[in-house]
Amino acid sequence: MRESTIMKIHYGTALAAIALVAVHILMRLTQGFAESLEYESVLANYRFIPYAAMLELILILLAVHGFNGLRVILLELKQGRTYEKAVSYGCLVAMIALIAYGSRTIIMTNMGMV
Amino acid sequence: MAQVSGISDEQTSTPMSSNTILLRISRFNPEHDDSSQFMEFTVPYERWTTVLEAILDVKKRFDHSVAVRYSCRQATCGSCGMMINGKPRLACFTKISELNSNVVTVEPMNNFPIIRDLAVKFERLFNTHQKIKPYLIRDDSELESDEKEFLQSPEEVEQYIQFANCIKCGLCNSACPTMATDSSFVGPQALAQAYRYVADSRDKGKDSRLKIIDDSHGIWRCHFAGSCSQVCPKGVDPAMGIQLLRGYLLGFRS
Repeated sequence: MRESTIMKIHYGTALAAIALVAVHILMRLTQGFAESLEYESVLANYRFIPYAAMLELILILLAVHGFNGLRVILLELKQGRTYEKAVSYGCLVAMIALIAYGSRTIIMTNMGMV
Repeated sequence: MAQVSGISDEQTSTPMSSNTILLRISRFNPEHDDSSQFMEFTVPYERWTTVLEAILDVKKRFDHSVAVRYSCRQATCGSCGMMINGKPRLACFTKISELNSNVVTVEPMNNFPIIRDLAVKFERLFNTHQKIKPYLIRDDSELESDEKEFLQSPEEVEQYIQFANCIKCGLCNSACPTMATDSSFVGPQALAQAYRYVADSRDKGKDSRLKIIDDSHGIWRCHFAGSCSQVCPKGVDPAMGIQLLRGYLLGFRS
């Protein structure tokens, strides 16, 4: 993938994440902040499908943006063909693993398995 | 007449008058030395004396072995770039009187391998400059065309003309923080020149140039610190060129 395409995704995920995280924070403020973090309240959020979908989207956006940012930082720290390939693929694998683990949590909670 | 005061950290015993400065020159020979050390000289100056003239005075009167690269003495050839009091500047274009300091410290430019003392290698800069194809690319030429020259409107010239003032002195690359950590980074000089040709209405090589800089160590590694634009002695704004160039890659410009 061309670097410009990767960076378009990087900027796009940042903007989208800002918007969705803002919604997420506003939702926390609709009830008392401490109350919104209570166990039953959190489970209720996960079981509400539109909200769970938004959390899933935030997870994907932040994982893509964060791991690409980490890749960029690591590429600037050190150079070398093998190192750069290891960093790029390592970040991709870590990103997929994080999304998979997060999605598993969201899906299991949504389906009442937790 | 200049007076040498000693080597390394020794201070001069000569009392400083309003007409003299302490010139500290970084000395380093990679073939013999493990680290650089400063030699200090007390040098007289006038209102118009440049740092290069002070260095040449030292070479003439005290130590001819001080290595410094220079040529035109009028900020045109781009040879005498160096760190002067911690900032990349052209020695021939920097008057001692405008530094407002009794101590002038000269060191080789950052982000360049040192040949000796103040002289540095320019291979990386020239290679990256060459890489972005710094010439007009088109299928025809003035010789083949019916017209004798490729005409441009003043507005079209305005798009790139400031970037054509680059003298390849390397001060922008020396000031760039990304150049310090990323040995494969194209650098602000080459990126500004890429914009100079991409923005030229006579040029048809935009796509090939954009492809070259759209790399993991290309234009996207610029963090817009802006230090390149601050140190340019010719008023070129590489940081702006880089942002305008990004516009092409992001689809905001065509």
